[in-house]
Amino acid sequence: MKFVDEFRAPELISKAGEEIRRLADPNRHYRIMEVCGGHTHAIYRFGLKDLLPDNVELIHGPGCPVCVLPMGRIDDGLSLADRPDFIFAAFGDMMRVPGTHGSPLEYKARGMDVRIVYSPADALKLARNNPEKHVMFFAIGFETTAPSTALTLVRAKAEGLRNFSVFCNHVTIIPAIRAILDSPDMRLDGFVGPGHVSTVIGCRPYDWIAKDAGKPVVVSGFEPLDILQSVVMLLRQLKNRESKVENQYKRVVPWEGNSAALRAMAETFELRPYFEWRGLGFISQSALKIRSSYAQWDSEQRFTVPGVRVTDPKAAQCGEVLKGVLKPEQCKLFGRECTPEQPVGALMVSSEGSCAAYYNYEHRKPVTIASAMAN
Amino acid sequence: MCLAIPGKIIEIDSHNALQAVVDVVGVRRTVDLGLLQDAPPIPGDWVLIHVGFAMSKISEADAADQMQTLRMLGEAQAAMEEVRGYGLEDDEEHPQPRPGLLQ
Repeated sequence: MKFVDEFRAPELISKAGEEIRRLADPNRHYRIMEVCGGHTHAIYRFGLKDLLPDNVELIHGPGCPVCVLPMGRIDDGLSLADRPDFIFAAFGDMMRVPGTHGSPLEYKARGMDVRIVYSPADALKLARNNPEKHVMFFAIGFETTAPSTALTLVRAKAEGLRNFSVFCNHVTIIPAIRAILDSPDMRLDGFVGPGHVSTVIGCRPYDWIAKDAGKPVVVSGFEPLDILQSVVMLLRQLKNRESKVENQYKRVVPWEGNSAALRAMAETFELRPYFEWRGLGFISQSALKIRSSYAQWDSEQRFTVPGVRVTDPKAAQCGEVLKGVLKPEQCKLFGRECTPEQPVGALMVSSEGSCAAYYNYEHRKPVTIASAMAN
Repeated sequence: MCLAIPGKIIEIDSHNALQAVVDVVGVRRTVDLGLLQDAPPIPGDWVLIHVGFAMSKISEADAADQMQTLRMLGEAQAAMEEVRGYGLEDDEEHPQPRPGLLQ
């Protein structure tokens, strides 16, 4: 019963649930994709799908940066930095992600200098504090974290700090959505748009999804009420045969995005011709590389990258889960060989990965809002 | 990594206007304001912080809601761990978050 008291406006939650039932045509099956891993986490945590009628299905999208990173990139980053004069710095989320020869934490146990940083600015600080070493920051994330890496590169260049570089794995969300819409086995009715990515890129980049692909998009906040309201807004558009971009998360997301963040990214990054995504394959212009004007601070331009390509463990069906073709529990390894404690695939590592979310909240059947409210 | 952590601007660094001390539930750390340079926050303003960089200005009420969301998602501890980690500083030198606010 704990969650119910903490919940902002439980009566509004019930109202939103009723409105969803009223708007959903019982003769139609709705498939709505939440793009962002933060939304996936919230949906499982709060048991929101129990508040939806059976014909309104939420499909989990590719918006978990750890999950979509192919293993070859982890191997590349680790092998580059596996030298006594290097420090491998990365966010905590990366530390348990398996590479072919182990995770960063396992490399650390074998003697590599691996450090958790909570900000790219701290990777820069590590470089300042360790002038005899080269600090490689293993950068991951969508547009939420890319601007911070960008400003860190600007600062490194301004300081002329030579013992610092970024191994850039930043990806961009729009081409992934395009790839999903182009995928023949995927039929979607609309999108719950990412909240924090949109703080940076604004709402305009989604225009083509509404105008050209004819699918409504609602940029959403992360509270249960936000997500349910976004589903209401999507169903209302679908009922009215509209497809437009709406912003449910106006209290944080400006329509135009964050211009300073976009400028920092434009200064330091350009689009890669293509980049491999776990589960989605190669997607053109879907990731960022560091501009040649910052070559000195780009691990890939400065050092020789092995360019490893690794196929995922055959039994793990991360790709199908990532595309929403399979539910997490339909994977053969789910909950047996692959658990949050001993992850085989990356979707089990991050709390934003749909497998970890499903394992923690569905598999273990905690008290959800819906069940608590019903009691 | 994708956590958006609400914090209150306490003071702007007198030597570097793009650095500010923020307070997140009683823990104070320096964050980077470079991504808000078009409309810089002032002491007393609330911001959402991603990986050590303030990304957007928000209202005090929205900051409280965001902290509540993190709590409900079970991410409040992770958020505080992240904030305490900013600047590579360790726990001993700095106060723990006020008890009760994370439960």
